[in-house]
Amino acid sequence: MKRRLPLLIVLITGIFGAVAFFVPYPAIRAADEIMRNDVQRIIAAFSLVLGVGSIVQHHMLKIQRRAQYYSYSYITIIALIITAIIGVFGGIDVTRPGILPTRFGSFSIHIQTLYSNMMVPLAATMFSLLAFFMASAAYRAFRARNLEATLLLLAAFIVMLGAVPFGRLIHHQLPAFAEWILAVPNTASKRGILFGVELGIFATSLKIILGIERGWLGGGK
Amino acid sequence: MTLSTDPWIWIAAILTLAIFSFLYRENPFYRFAEHLYVGIANGYAITFYWHRILVPSLFDRVGSSSTPLSTKIWLIAIAIIGALYFTRFIPRISWLVRIPIAIVLGYASGASIPRAVSGEIIRQMKATIITRASFANWQSGLWAVIILIGVIATISYFFFSTERRGLLKPLSYAGIIFIMIGFGASFGYTVMARISLFIGRLQFLLGDWLGFIK
Repeated sequence: MKRRLPLLIVLITGIFGAVAFFVPYPAIRAADEIMRNDVQRIIAAFSLVLGVGSIVQHHMLKIQRRAQYYSYSYITIIALIITAIIGVFGGIDVTRPGILPTRFGSFSIHIQTLYSNMMVPLAATMFSLLAFFMASAAYRAFRARNLEATLLLLAAFIVMLGAVPFGRLIHHQLPAFAEWILAVPNTASKRGILFGVELGIFATSLKIILGIERGWLGGGK
Repeated sequence: MTLSTDPWIWIAAILTLAIFSFLYRENPFYRFAEHLYVGIANGYAITFYWHRILVPSLFDRVGSSSTPLSTKIWLIAIAIIGALYFTRFIPRISWLVRIPIAIVLGYASGASIPRAVSGEIIRQMKATIITRASFANWQSGLWAVIILIGVIATISYFFFSTERRGLLKPLSYAGIIFIMIGFGASFGYTVMARISLFIGRLQFLLGDWLGFIK
């Protein structure tokens, strides 16, 4: 029951998901739309419980065990709770305020203000840091040892130089050449890889529907 | 130089500097900003799912007098199935979490099969096949031939079922060449995207915060 019922549900919903694409009858189309717009969306929204629950559990355990840097876990939990309270009760649209006041004179603590002034700077800076680490990793990985590594290095350099005004100063055709690399050899290799990826998705989906792949059931009986 | 007087600009600038401090070494300022980001991002995700999915798709419709009773019962049933995710934290009945996962995973797997075949594989094959229209001018014709050779060569590189002899040997080697150019181009493109983010942060610090640039 604990394993067979979920496997049966996967089989039924999987067959329905695949067949609905080909069946033109309005009743099947309507059921497919309900499945996509209502069932999937609402159930997927609840799945956030797993993610948020896991992160809270992880940080609570760190605090309980007084693990290294455990005091920072308080920051995560407090920031999560405060942001969620402001967002859920203060409303998400600036024009439609919620039950929690988010404006005190000219100072706002609205969720969109938090998003623009805390989340965006943190995320953008975090990702911009990767430019430095990628450059140092590239220095070690891309040394032109053979033809293949040299081609990789050259393609990366041409694409980078073609995207900045300095590239045009080196040669006026460099941006066009960078565009050509992206549009022709890059498309050819990506398309070849994409065939493999899509066949992989096809095979894995089939394995999940038929109950051959059961990793998603997790441990236990 | 005109320093910003907006407290939010100061908060954003201090958080930006805290993250950049990682370039020197891992330090308490970076750890603070990192943990704050995780907390805010999760809090925002809760807000987003609540206001953009649960309220309009579930609560508003269940509470509306214009929604038929059968739809209301159906929506409540979906919500109960979704709420089974909470059982993950109750060991005795934690297996029930498999039911909402099975519905989402099953349908998504099933729906991805025709999408993968007709939406991706067949469409990409159509785009690769050379037709008379490909030779509208000599350039587009030549590029179409290079793309066709590149796709066949890349696929042949991943063909491991037989020993690389005869035609397969040079073809798979040509595949490596195409793959390396593709990876190099992707790498260059990604680095440029990160650098443009970095320039954006510098513009914010020097412009919005310190007022050095307008």
